[in-house]
Amino acid sequence: MTQDAPLLEVKNLHTHFFTKAGVVKAVDGIDFKVNPGETLGIVGESGSGKSITAMSILGLIPSPPGKIVEGEINFKGENLLNKSQKQMRKIRGPEIAMVFQDPMTSLNPVFTVEKQLLETILAHENMSKKQAKERALELLNLVGIPDPENRLKNYPHEFSGGMRQRVMIAIALSCNPSLLIADEPTTALDVTIQAQILELFKRMQKELNMAIVMITHDLGVVSEVCDRVMVMYAGKPAEFSETKHLFEKGKHPYTLGLMNSIPKITHDKQKLEAIDGVPPDLRSLPKGCSFAPRCKHVMDSCLTNDPDIREVDDDHFVRCLLYEDSKKAVTT
Amino acid sequence: MSTLLEVKNIKKHFPLKNENFFSREKPVLKAVDGVSFSIEAGETLGLVGESGCGKSTAGRVMLKLLEPTEGEIFFKGENITSFRGEKLRKLRKDMQIIFQDPYASLNPRKTIEQTITEPMKIFNIPKEERQKKLKRLLDVVGLSSYHKSRYPHEFSGGQRQRIGIARSLALEPELVICDEPVSALDVSIQAQVINLMEDLQDEFNLTYIFIAHDLSVVHHISDRVAVMYLGELVEIGEVAEVYQNPKHPYTQALLSAVPEVNPNQEKQRIILSGDLPSPANPPQGCKFHTRCPYAEEICRTQVPKLKKVSSDGQMASCHFVKEVVET
Repeated sequence: MTQDAPLLEVKNLHTHFFTKAGVVKAVDGIDFKVNPGETLGIVGESGSGKSITAMSILGLIPSPPGKIVEGEINFKGENLLNKSQKQMRKIRGPEIAMVFQDPMTSLNPVFTVEKQLLETILAHENMSKKQAKERALELLNLVGIPDPENRLKNYPHEFSGGMRQRVMIAIALSCNPSLLIADEPTTALDVTIQAQILELFKRMQKELNMAIVMITHDLGVVSEVCDRVMVMYAGKPAEFSETKHLFEKGKHPYTLGLMNSIPKITHDKQKLEAIDGVPPDLRSLPKGCSFAPRCKHVMDSCLTNDPDIREVDDDHFVRCLLYEDSKKAVTT
Repeated sequence: MSTLLEVKNIKKHFPLKNENFFSREKPVLKAVDGVSFSIEAGETLGLVGESGCGKSTAGRVMLKLLEPTEGEIFFKGENITSFRGEKLRKLRKDMQIIFQDPYASLNPRKTIEQTITEPMKIFNIPKEERQKKLKRLLDVVGLSSYHKSRYPHEFSGGQRQRIGIARSLALEPELVICDEPVSALDVSIQAQVINLMEDLQDEFNLTYIFIAHDLSVVHHISDRVAVMYLGELVEIGEVAEVYQNPKHPYTQALLSAVPEVNPNQEKQRIILSGDLPSPANPPQGCKFHTRCPYAEEICRTQVPKLKKVSSDGQMASCHFVKEVVET
């Protein structure tokens, strides 16, 4: 992996929502880097803040009630938080593109696929309509849609779920972004189709040399496609490491609990080791470590001290008091 | 063990709108098209397949929530296919269902107490006993008795699924059909609910038909597994047998598509091309031939039969799998 300038660097990001019922700290202090051409996985359960992280990067946080209260998002050396909406519009698409979770609702049902593809291309590239159409054909070919010439004239409802997701990916790729954010891109799909789409992501990445931030709750997907992983819990990173390393030497009790919760086909049947309890309410987080109420290894100090994230091994960060003594604290 | 439920060649066809006004043939969507199997008391049968393969419809036909177009259903040796009215109502006591969506399957205007005791009221169980049972049910599914006066919106997804489970157990059924009971839940909560369902099976001696698309969950909970494709059963057998030694090419592809949680394990992956064909217009011959990597001429013309493929009772329907004849 290159240790050159990272493509994206998120520093101490805090995104809060100010609601009538209180302040929801959806993202509460995360740091990560994405190098060019690399795939970063962000894993967590619903409400852990992974989608909000993506929205924050793209400047799509609905405001009010949401607000990025602290932090920096450096993309190619520039802080995106200082950009105006107009400048952001130039970045969304040609620089950073996004694929959403639900292929059934993220395409406009009343326009043909051609229209939706051309809209993006024409908005960002200096092309004639004819050139743009050629580009659209090329893109559909690239993502593996058979008979693209006829398919261009179809409406979204004429495509299956997997095909719609391919169209979404084609739209996202239309302006050659250097970073693609995929928010649960395969969650709504069947396993056989999921395998196709993951294969497609891997191929696209190789061919176009783009970085991918893959947001998912499925550790299986992570192990298939990601180089590095960040595990999130209640708006904070719990653990951050290389994928292989995480699966072999994961340390945070939440990461381990998550892995033990998944039934495995290759293993004999044993009782699943579930994590007790439920994720905390983000409006009233427990004092101390937010995972403490569900943690098996909870100590007295966990209930009062919120741990810092620490490097326990090379490029392996854990936010847990069990590893408080290891190596150095990472100051942010 | 005795056979609790047996279905013989059940079919469920839904009529479609006739697009050609002059055509006399009425088009139908064959959601379930000739499925037969039986399930022993106390066992868990997993029913897997992609969306649209007819697994949920099959589950509903077994409960007689849907009237089968053809075929017969036997419950404890009795043919229940033609049961109606009072007789069917009595039968429902013994067969219950847990639904997928814990958000939509509870009445938002009823308290948990009302929801769980409603089935008991219908079957005229006296009030004191209802209260006793309610307490016990809440206890076994891991809720507290102070929860009973609350409404569904006050609960999380996992808790709601627990309420759904408590409701389905209120009448002490023998057979519970679980239609994707954990797929709407987060991983950590999913494990809690699966463990709960396993405990309940032991405690109440339940028989489960577990409908799911998640192959690892089915592997974990089931004794036997049935794989469906476009309304037909393509393979059925003991879980260990089917997962380690899948005979049907579809089962092989399906299993190879499951993402491995261990990144060090390189997997031979069979990527199926194309999508599931529409059940309204299924391919001729073997329904899988359009996506099958081994398809040959015979597959396009002849429908394969479900046949025994191992001495342990594993069955598969493919032209190229050798039949095992018992001697």
